[in-house]
Amino acid sequence: MEMFTLFLDTALATFTDVLPIAAVLLGFQIGVLRQRPRNLSRILVGLLYVLLGLTFFLVGLEKALFPVGKAMAQQLTNPEFIGVAADATVIEWTSFLWVFAFAWMIGFATTIAEPSLIAVALKAEEIAGGSLTAWGLRLAVALGVSVGVTIGAYRIVSGDSLGLYIMAGYAVVIVQTFFASKTIIPLAYDSGGVTTSTVTVPVLAALGLGLAVAVPGRSPLLDGFGLIAFASVFPIITVLGYDIVSTWFLRRKKLKSEITEEEVGQ
Amino acid sequence: MISALADFLRLLAGSMRDLLPIILTVAFFQIVVLQQPFPNLDEVLIGLVFVVVGLTLFIQGLEMGLFPLGNDMAEAFARKGSLLALLAFAFCLGFGTTVAEPALIAVSAEAAKIASEAGIIATSEEARASYANSLRIIVALSVGMALLVGVFRILKGWPIYYFIISGYLLVIAITPFAPAEIVGIAYDAGGVTTSTITVPLVTALGVGLAQTIRGRNPMTDGFGLIALASLTPMIFVMIFGILV
Repeated sequence: MEMFTLFLDTALATFTDVLPIAAVLLGFQIGVLRQRPRNLSRILVGLLYVLLGLTFFLVGLEKALFPVGKAMAQQLTNPEFIGVAADATVIEWTSFLWVFAFAWMIGFATTIAEPSLIAVALKAEEIAGGSLTAWGLRLAVALGVSVGVTIGAYRIVSGDSLGLYIMAGYAVVIVQTFFASKTIIPLAYDSGGVTTSTVTVPVLAALGLGLAVAVPGRSPLLDGFGLIAFASVFPIITVLGYDIVSTWFLRRKKLKSEITEEEVGQ
Repeated sequence: MISALADFLRLLAGSMRDLLPIILTVAFFQIVVLQQPFPNLDEVLIGLVFVVVGLTLFIQGLEMGLFPLGNDMAEAFARKGSLLALLAFAFCLGFGTTVAEPALIAVSAEAAKIASEAGIIATSEEARASYANSLRIIVALSVGMALLVGVFRILKGWPIYYFIISGYLLVIAITPFAPAEIVGIAYDAGGVTTSTITVPLVTALGVGLAQTIRGRNPMTDGFGLIALASLTPMIFVMIFGILV
């Protein structure tokens, strides 16, 4: 019964979220374009699937993942678990190794399940014409989130400036942009924006807040934020990096085969 | 019918594979590290079934509904040939989808709390509500602007990295001047604006435009709208923080 109310509430919330989008789409469809889209009934069934799917997804997350994930983030940052006195004024960052391991694994895991990323990856695979697989892109992005969230968790522990880290990340992205293939750049930038939505944000927010409460001298209001920003910058770096490395290997292989061909020719 | 069922089962298997890392991570930490039993294991299992079914339906719906819709609208706008109508649509889509975004509402309420505790605004309910509301409108405006500029860029075929790199440089330049309390929120605001329904729609729109307009490449020109929509809120929120 409780599950049923939760389902209805979530369904209602999802439909309300969609209302502004639906209003914009309908308004322009009727007021400006003045034509019916092809396969209208199929599209409508598809949209119903999207809404129903999101509702099931959110209710399931609320039941299965979020309580456990949030409780876990709190327990792992608990002074008792870390093994220090609750009133300690300084805690070595090495006391937080399990937190970093958790940040790494949960960052990867939630990104692989992120529906927005699945959507962008499917579209990219569809138009890339075999040069890129959806799964490969998702792995590269998930690895980026792992790295980003782990560094972000370290930053909360060390108390360094958030701006400094993010700016350093941007500097790396800017340098990489000059070396990466033209076709991957827009997709890499986009993958930074899509990593952080339905699944990732609630768990990361809980982790950031838990850490900021646990580390002496950190304010949850000031230091609890920022993990999401890390999770948006680092995937760009890994996707661009993946492209640069694979292009380099491809070129080397090509160069090698040209050399052996010359030898054979002689 | 049988092939449709086979497709659905294949999607279902794919969703299970997508969720495996989460299940393994949570199980590992619960059992090995924290050494605790699962609370309400039956509820967790039912929840997982819901997540798998939901993800499968969502992906099915993407291919049937959201992708074709974005694509069709891109084609229809290109055929109509009215630049003004297309740009107006892009702006409204960005503004409309963001202003009601629940994640944004939560973040702006949080930001108002921080601002009042830091003494930037008064501690009264009204001051907080008006601060949170202005913040929401500003982020929504910035996403609208981002899509407008992004669509214009696709039409012109300008490289996206000009925009992103100048945006980053702007963020770097503004950060030292923004109040420390607002920086974290501004950086996170970029990530929360792009919801699960907006992303596929906007992506299909961009790629559809790039495919319809002659001389545009869907890979180099079609992507990039999401990136712009996650960048502009940071800049706008920090400027807001400086001005207030």
